[in-house]
Amino acid sequence: MIGTLVARDVRRAIGGAAWLPVGFFLVVATLIPFAVGPDPRLLERIAAGGLWIAALTAALLPIERLIEPDRANGVLDQLTIRGISEEAVGAAKVVAHWLTFGPLLLVAAVPSAFILGIAPAALGRTIAALAIGTPGLAALAVMVASLTAGLPRAGALAGVLLLPLAIPLLIFGAGAAGDPESGGLLLEAAVSLVLVAASPFVVGAAIRASRT
Amino acid sequence: MTPLLRFENVTCRRGGRLLFEALNMEIASGGALHLGGPNGSGKSSLIRLAAGLLRADAGTIQRVELALADDALALDRELPLRRALAFWTDDARRLDEALDALDLTRLAHVPVRLLSTGQAKRATLARVAVSAAPLWLLDEPLNGLDRDGVERLDALIAAHLVSGGAILTASHAPLGGTWAQMELGS
Repeated sequence: MIGTLVARDVRRAIGGAAWLPVGFFLVVATLIPFAVGPDPRLLERIAAGGLWIAALTAALLPIERLIEPDRANGVLDQLTIRGISEEAVGAAKVVAHWLTFGPLLLVAAVPSAFILGIAPAALGRTIAALAIGTPGLAALAVMVASLTAGLPRAGALAGVLLLPLAIPLLIFGAGAAGDPESGGLLLEAAVSLVLVAASPFVVGAAIRASRT
Repeated sequence: MTPLLRFENVTCRRGGRLLFEALNMEIASGGALHLGGPNGSGKSSLIRLAAGLLRADAGTIQRVELALADDALALDRELPLRRALAFWTDDARRLDEALDALDLTRLAHVPVRLLSTGQAKRATLARVAVSAAPLWLLDEPLNGLDRDGVERLDALIAAHLVSGGAILTASHAPLGGTWAQMELGS
């Protein structure tokens, strides 16, 4: 049943809005040269940070479709009635969301990196840092989605919740992309791991608490 | 024989208001219980307690495997009806029987989002019918159903009871067959 649930969520995302965050990511990355000017040295310095800002804002877009439709439509209730724990549902949602968010974001990161003129030596590190960060971002998005599901103005609230919680990922991720000696990649991996490990329990508790 | 659903001294409070206190009831195999009572007397809350979706403030609830039909459709809106129902069962024969029992076979390839209110209600009932659960919880199953739909639901209920199942329903309109009655809020 868990596999079926992951497959269903992936199908729904691919058929629907999975492309939106990627497009948004590309647009934000493209905005940066317009905002700060075309100076290649300046762009190269801020490129990794710019990509991370683009990734964080892109992570906000899918939040409203991750949990709320299934809560409102009774799917979460029906899964519970069939004996599937809310934690298992949460884990399935995180896996499905990462599958339709992480790889696409990494693909979009390559042209974005060229737009910002990232040095070839730093390109690999930047992509690796993003790759390690995407599971954490996906877990965070599903957690925030479950916490805000059913609330009025959930989208705006989700932004206010998610962005501050993503700061540790941002610091270590952008740091790792900039300086290979900093150990940022390991710290980023640790943060990402904590977020992924916590997410089924947070989502499970949030689904139960949102029942009326 | 062990009952399929058993409430023992169950108390339910919602939003600070006491809905019912020390409630006892039992539904055995073949049993059909009809919940009555005015709006807001706790019929839906009782059904959600029975389904395990809410926690009782006091008391214990024993239940077997069950299926719930309330006002939530729980079918993917973009999928054709048959595929959407198939998410909830692997048993294709059962699925076809349920579609046929509710006269939905000709709508099997219509996307769920295009169904009318009454057709969606039939689809919700079909979702219950495809499950192999012995206990059915039906919250206002008649809402939106036409006369033919009501007759089909009555037949479905009768067949489920004959096969040893049990049903708990809350409804303002009368259902066919014989029902044990329980009044809330009195």
